[in-house]
Amino acid sequence: MKMVINNLRKDMIKMTYAAGKTGAHIGPALSLTEILAVLYFKIMNFDPKDPTSESRDRLILSKGHGVIAQYAVLKELGLIKEEELQTFKTNNTRLYAHPSMNPEIGVEFSSGSLGQGLSLGVGVAIALKHKGNNKSKVYVIVGDGECNEGSVWEAIMSAVQFELDNIVIVVDKNNIQYDDFTKNIISMEPLEKRFETFGCKVACVDGHNIEELEKGFKTEHNKKPLCVIANTVKGKGVSFMENEPKWHNNVLTEDLYNQAMSELGEG
Amino acid sequence: MEINTQNIRTLSFLGSCGTFGKIIEELATQNNNIIALTADLCSFAGLTRFAQNLPNQYYNVGIAEQNMVGIAAGMAKEGLIPFVTSYASFLTLRCADQINVNVGYMNLPIKLVGLTSGLSVGILGPTHICLNDVALMRAIPNLVIFSPADCIETAKCIEKASEINAPVYLRLTGTMGNPVVYKDDYNFEIGKAITLKDGSDIAIISTGTMVFNSLKAAKILEEKGFSVKVINMHTLKPLDVTAIKECCSCKLIVTVEEHSIYGGLGSAVAEVLSNIENSPKHLIIGTQDEYIHAGDYKYLLESYGLTPERISDRILEE
Repeated sequence: MKMVINNLRKDMIKMTYAAGKTGAHIGPALSLTEILAVLYFKIMNFDPKDPTSESRDRLILSKGHGVIAQYAVLKELGLIKEEELQTFKTNNTRLYAHPSMNPEIGVEFSSGSLGQGLSLGVGVAIALKHKGNNKSKVYVIVGDGECNEGSVWEAIMSAVQFELDNIVIVVDKNNIQYDDFTKNIISMEPLEKRFETFGCKVACVDGHNIEELEKGFKTEHNKKPLCVIANTVKGKGVSFMENEPKWHNNVLTEDLYNQAMSELGEG
Repeated sequence: MEINTQNIRTLSFLGSCGTFGKIIEELATQNNNIIALTADLCSFAGLTRFAQNLPNQYYNVGIAEQNMVGIAAGMAKEGLIPFVTSYASFLTLRCADQINVNVGYMNLPIKLVGLTSGLSVGILGPTHICLNDVALMRAIPNLVIFSPADCIETAKCIEKASEINAPVYLRLTGTMGNPVVYKDDYNFEIGKAITLKDGSDIAIISTGTMVFNSLKAAKILEEKGFSVKVINMHTLKPLDVTAIKECCSCKLIVTVEEHSIYGGLGSAVAEVLSNIENSPKHLIIGTQDEYIHAGDYKYLLESYGLTPERISDRILEE
């Protein structure tokens, strides 16, 4: 698993480098790596040979700017080819800078305008119950900065009101948003208490620890949504990116690319 | 539903919201994939009976319209047929981004029902008056936009909306006791305008409640010796371009709508005419670029030039 995760990070670095002068949202993708890896490889019922199967668990990446992490995972699953990864952010690519709905390759919904994925997830969760599908779950990944959006809380309130125990909200809490550290913009603290007060079952985990994430996702949450707050490090895995607001979206020079790859190469 | 004199009278009495509630309940009873959503406006949307009789197909999300649109999009992706209701202004303007991303961009077949659009709730002020929804919805790709002329047509639009696999914006105008344009059953086709009256001097293209007023205005003009054609443009998108082109044999084309002169039916017709050489003069009748003074519906229609008399007077000025 560690090797797989390392490869995911390397693929993200390659995509960022391929994106050239426009750069990529590499920081918020790196923080997501273990979250996505654990969901896709250990938790979710998702068969890459049948990505639209009714029985699949649904994953909605509401923090769409982190999508290169998802592209890397989808490549690992065989839904995206190695060479296609290099088309990221080029003209006519399917791999936009923000996810564009394409269920055939496992991208359930489009996103990019923050604060909307959880509402979609609530709708999916209700629909699953309506259809009698009591097995599938919906995983919605939001950023902590994204939680500034009021619509996130509208969606949480409805998920609680409708007693949706088939939805899991995952917060990639990397403590940094576009402009700065969240504490300097709009602090969401105490985040755990906020989710609890709104009526969710909350599990706080180290978002880079496989076992903790796995345990967190398996938390019982009878008649209420589960919120897994994953404490992460923005830019995780690359020393000069870690915890640096400027690496929310940035450009990799050749030197920095080599440095990043060499750091990851040892893992 | 069967269309007969009794039903026409009942729906007209109920008005656009009541008609919506009645028809959607009938459809949802036969198809349990039809879901009605409201943002704390159950009775206003005519959904009281629906909520009682079909509780498993009814969701009240509280005062949170943006969340409601997102939820509906999620439902639509999973194969349900959600009808989302609120005041037209809150539904379209407040949720513009949700509609753009979740409905337009992803082409998810949710049905947006904009209640009391236009001037009908004018006494509540400019927050509730809605005169720019068509402008906004028309610029979002993939949406079908209906603007029915009366309550029978509203029923037909709801039925069509439930059948097609496309996102729909249903613009409801008027109030209880809506005038009746259609006294008998007729054929309703998406994107196919209906010529209610033929004529050769003036062509009036109208939509929503203004269809009835345009028919009356045409009568006034005919008494003065003009031959007037009246078209009901019940689908604003896709637009019936052929019907507009056919109006070019008249000397004057007039569009009438309970909407701003910017971005609505008038603009849509002008976009077509601008591509036609030597097209006739086009008069756009609607509300001007201003916030409307609060007032009751009748008063506002009179004040802003949308009664049959004011419409015909304005046309005679040309």
